[in-house]
Amino acid sequence: MIDWSAVAQIVALTLLVAGTSTLIGAVLGVPAGAFVALKKFRGRNFVRTLAFTFYGFPPVLAGLLVYLVLSRSGPLGFLGWLFTPIGMIVAQSLLVVPIVMGVTISAVMAVEKRLHDTALTLGADERQWRATAIHEARIGVLTAVMVGFGRAVSEVGAVLIVGGNIAGQTRVLTTVIVLETSAAHYLEATIFGVILFILAFAIFAVLQRLQREGAV
Amino acid sequence: MGRGSSSLENRSPLPWPGFITTWRAALVVTVILVFAGLAVTVQSHADTHLVLAATTDVRDSGLLDYLGPLFQIDTGIQVRYVAVGTGQALDIARRGDADMVLTHAPSLELPFMAEGHGLCRSPLMYNRFLIVGPASDPGHIRGLTNATEAFRRIWQTNSTFYSRGDESGTNVKELQIWARVGYTPSPQNDSWYNETGQGMAATLTIASEKAGYTLTDEATFYTLASALPLDLLVSGDPFLANHYHVIVVNPAVHPTVNEDAALSFAHWLVSERGQGLIGDYEVAGHQLYTPEGQDRC
Repeated sequence: MIDWSAVAQIVALTLLVAGTSTLIGAVLGVPAGAFVALKKFRGRNFVRTLAFTFYGFPPVLAGLLVYLVLSRSGPLGFLGWLFTPIGMIVAQSLLVVPIVMGVTISAVMAVEKRLHDTALTLGADERQWRATAIHEARIGVLTAVMVGFGRAVSEVGAVLIVGGNIAGQTRVLTTVIVLETSAAHYLEATIFGVILFILAFAIFAVLQRLQREGAV
Repeated sequence: MGRGSSSLENRSPLPWPGFITTWRAALVVTVILVFAGLAVTVQSHADTHLVLAATTDVRDSGLLDYLGPLFQIDTGIQVRYVAVGTGQALDIARRGDADMVLTHAPSLELPFMAEGHGLCRSPLMYNRFLIVGPASDPGHIRGLTNATEAFRRIWQTNSTFYSRGDESGTNVKELQIWARVGYTPSPQNDSWYNETGQGMAATLTIASEKAGYTLTDEATFYTLASALPLDLLVSGDPFLANHYHVIVVNPAVHPTVNEDAALSFAHWLVSERGQGLIGDYEVAGHQLYTPEGQDRC
């Protein structure tokens, strides 16, 4: 027994929340990652390690932290973002930014070493060399964004706590899977799982096409 | 870089016109995403609504999805509910994040009221807890009408028992029965006593898979009964009555509470209309809740 208009609504919200979080993750994470990879500064290795550590940051913990901050009793409670899609985006962005940043660091550093001497030999100044390095690393950078989206669309811990899984408001594919599973509706839970899989497949197909065009 | 031939190869697979490059499509998707986000935000703030923190039992039984839309038809107010354990529901309200609470653990609700977080608290309805378990019934509790005696036998025969262990109303009731037995088992000391830390439906599923006993609310049990090889073994003890109350969060303590909407729902639930709907609600042919509403708001 599945209400398809509710399903459409859940799918749309899933795309909206995970998509926006990935967008924020890319806008913040890519420049930050490129900066760390190309600029030599004190504590650089520490920042790198930190970014990689946050790969393993449990979504449920991110959810709890954002919950406490956005709660009416918390520092940002006046915004009224708890149990809304915006709150969910805040929580997921917290998870996506470090991943995008970490993978970007790796991608840019991989081309940086190879490129550095060649570029300077050819007469590039530091600025031009950096621009070239980021341009050369674009495939890796897009991979970073894809990994970030994968993290956002598949996590459940953060959106469950911050969103509250409110029907028609903050219910996304992963939280509805948890709900149906807890009610022992395994068929419905599996159907939602298949929808999530197909959705992810379609989006990654488009992103990969972007990547191939970028490779030209 | 600069290999012109491969760009031609890459154009072919998708049948859209050449001027729609993938990058442009991505840009359009981005713009749509941003505007959809704005639209959702504006819309979700505009509706008249209330946030209800409720125990999972009334969600799992379908009661909230049944009453919410009817209340919206009557009043235009949308009920947005967050379903969690009773302990967490009261805590969400204590932080000022809900307008209203629907729970079933008076021992947790009364301190909440005493702390001043609640404006008013009305009895709503009751159902009964049941002790269910495997048909083999290793603790020989079938047919008992005394929950305390049943728990004592489970303890004395060291029969497998699954506790919610999550401070839910059901968990609180279970611990009250152990207190009456005079022995409180713990997963550390009693290998037969297990805590699932999950909701009622999940705990029932685990208990049936592992052939253990558990304490359940009627609604969730009847919702799942046909799919689970668990027998109803003990019922009818007056101590197993499960009373639900609604609490309106006190706007004097939490100024952001939507007092009008919450009071309106609280009145509606205990009105003739609300109580009639609750009494008529059935799952799998069983009436799940007995109305006992009194308007204290």
